[in-house]
Amino acid sequence: MAPAPAMPPPERPARSPWHWLTTVTDMFAFPLRTSHYVELVNPLWSTHKLQARVEAVWDETRDARTVTLRPGLNWRGHRAGQHVRVGVPVEGKHYTRTYTISSPPERDDGCFTITVKAIDGGRISHHIVRNLKVGDYLPVGLPQGDFYLPDAQPVLPLFITAGSGITPAMSMLRSLIAQQRLPDTVHLHYAPHRFDVVFGKELEQLAAKHERYNLLMQFTRDIDEVPDAAQAGAGYFSAAQLAASCPDWREREVYACGPPALLAALTEHFEEAGRGAHLHIERFRAEFARVPVDAVGGRVRFAKSSAEVEADSNTSLLRVAEDAGMNPPHGCRMGICHTCNTTLLSGCVRDLRNGAVINEVGATVQTCVCAAAGDCELDL
Amino acid sequence: MTTAKLPVNLTDAQIAELGRELDAIREEVMASRGERDRKYILRLIKTQRSMAVLGRIIIYLSLFLLPAWGHALAGWWPCLLVMGVGTLMLGLAKILENMEIAHNVLHGQWDWMKDPEVQSNTWEWDTMSPSDRWMQSHNVVHHTWTNVVGKDLDVGYGIMRVTPLQKWHPMYLFQSLYFVLLMLFFEEGVALHEQAIDDHLKGKKTLREVLPTLKHIGRKVRGQVIKDYVMWPGAALLVAVPLSFVVPQSPWLVFALVAGANFIANIIRNIWTFTIIFCGHFPAGSHNFTVEQVEGETRAHWYLRQMLGSCNIRGGRLFHILSGNLSHQIEHHLYPDMCSNRYPEVAPRVKALAARYGIPYNEGSLARQFGTTTWKIFRLSFPGGGTDPGSRQPA
Repeated sequence: MAPAPAMPPPERPARSPWHWLTTVTDMFAFPLRTSHYVELVNPLWSTHKLQARVEAVWDETRDARTVTLRPGLNWRGHRAGQHVRVGVPVEGKHYTRTYTISSPPERDDGCFTITVKAIDGGRISHHIVRNLKVGDYLPVGLPQGDFYLPDAQPVLPLFITAGSGITPAMSMLRSLIAQQRLPDTVHLHYAPHRFDVVFGKELEQLAAKHERYNLLMQFTRDIDEVPDAAQAGAGYFSAAQLAASCPDWREREVYACGPPALLAALTEHFEEAGRGAHLHIERFRAEFARVPVDAVGGRVRFAKSSAEVEADSNTSLLRVAEDAGMNPPHGCRMGICHTCNTTLLSGCVRDLRNGAVINEVGATVQTCVCAAAGDCELDL
Repeated sequence: MTTAKLPVNLTDAQIAELGRELDAIREEVMASRGERDRKYILRLIKTQRSMAVLGRIIIYLSLFLLPAWGHALAGWWPCLLVMGVGTLMLGLAKILENMEIAHNVLHGQWDWMKDPEVQSNTWEWDTMSPSDRWMQSHNVVHHTWTNVVGKDLDVGYGIMRVTPLQKWHPMYLFQSLYFVLLMLFFEEGVALHEQAIDDHLKGKKTLREVLPTLKHIGRKVRGQVIKDYVMWPGAALLVAVPLSFVVPQSPWLVFALVAGANFIANIIRNIWTFTIIFCGHFPAGSHNFTVEQVEGETRAHWYLRQMLGSCNIRGGRLFHILSGNLSHQIEHHLYPDMCSNRYPEVAPRVKALAARYGIPYNEGSLARQFGTTTWKIFRLSFPGGGTDPGSRQPA
């Protein structure tokens, strides 16, 4: 009896005529791809990377801006509430940030929008809000994320948002309205002042036009009064406030997006009430690790080798890896040949040549001249 | 004392101070990189790709001037003239790609931008040598062991005697011939200039062990050959076949013309890159070293060795760009991962530093540097040839 194959043969991806065509034209462009030359004519036609053209910029408030982007050929539609990774060059360096798409998928001009708020000390968000120009091209990823309304069962949504956390809710609301199936909705939004509310006008118009959309705004600071200890925090989320503004919160699916403090308070409250499964949260992702004040080395994790060792702050990570029995790629051992380049997955390392701290997720690390500064994780 | 090992009148403390000054220049320039530099490289890449396509299109267009068309402009001279323009443009595009773009990208000079399109670990260049193999033999071996006889494969590339420190062998009698052949077929030479092949020829590794590397190189060579000698001429052939019923012209001649133009573009690139690269470490006055001389050297000593072993070429802005700024070979060897458009501004500072410490700064015109290189190759094909400056003891 012939032994049954242990595994079915791997399925080949479908070979479309388009694939055959580009295989042939790529031979003209070797070692590049045809797309590298098509890009010269129109960056949106390239298929080796996905770019988007800035079509319009619109200032929502004094520090928030909506950017309309026209994505290239390989774009696929998003679901309301999903986010997208956007590459932004600032001072020559390429940074990647994640922003929620604020336009509904029903928009039919092939564009989508992101709405960005300039955060304190945030170089990238400041660049987008202050310097981005119409006609700029930005590399973008595909829409991602599981923070969206279910297709199938109708739900009674309760949106709890704060600051720029309004964006996914806005996309969902616009989408529901465009589909003409807006259910009975409560929206609790927090902002410092009335004039800080991103999409403030549009929200108020929606509330006036659609009976089933109940908007409740909470302003956490009062412009006329000097905040005192008793008042500070009065506007923020509390169980009593929720019960007062949305008495039937136990029957609703909650979609929340905002700063970590709000999300923590919400999680605690809903867990206590046994409604944890009905709370859906979208977090702003931390792109930087905190720099330890007095870094004296730390635990180094090598993700691919799944090894974890203690390292001091003076031994190069290459040496640390070798002492742990690994043989990572390396060359000159003095920082000139870049053979040892790897990616920082989390945490913090220090460049031994100039003491510069590298703490951005995804940054390139030269292991032969960098040492641990606190705990870190490398793609080795 | 380690000082006595290098031919300069400097104490260890002075060399350490030199190292600190060179580090300071490096830190200053590295910290000032920004939008201007990004614009430079992105614009250059765009220009280079446009030139490559345009050159190939002009070569195609020249075929409409073949005498068989019989129109007023048709004739061999106009046809070959236009084809020559296209060929030159394609050759220049290949030069720009190999020198100012790929060589420098592969050094990691542009990794700081974190642009996923311009990264040393993903860039593949328009030459027969695969990027990763070249990075091993160049970035690691050559830049770490610069001009150390027996360690740096680029000292004579394994076929030539470029310093009296190398022992003479009858094989070197014909090195003037290798010199010319390598100039014409530099691209192929670089692909074969490979530690694995060297190891196999010296019997250190069996054929089976080096086979994966050879296959890897073979795939790259195949891609290059198919592009220049099958696809582009082949597309012209496909159009020429139906046209040959109307225009009395052999389609095979059309194929041969396009393939020939591509071949000449590759040769133009080969001669130019060869000329610039041979002016880097071989002109009169450059120093070579023995393994004993570099034992236990510090970073400052390494800096000093780079200054003694590298040679600059004078020229204008366009010349520097076409040479991939390897005309600033000294600065490139001091700071191999500094983006190349900054070498011109660093050069006067390094030169002043060299003057202050009394270190020779080897700089000359292209004619001087290439002339003395050619003479040296000829002279050293025979035994003797004096002593290498690098082996002299300080006065």
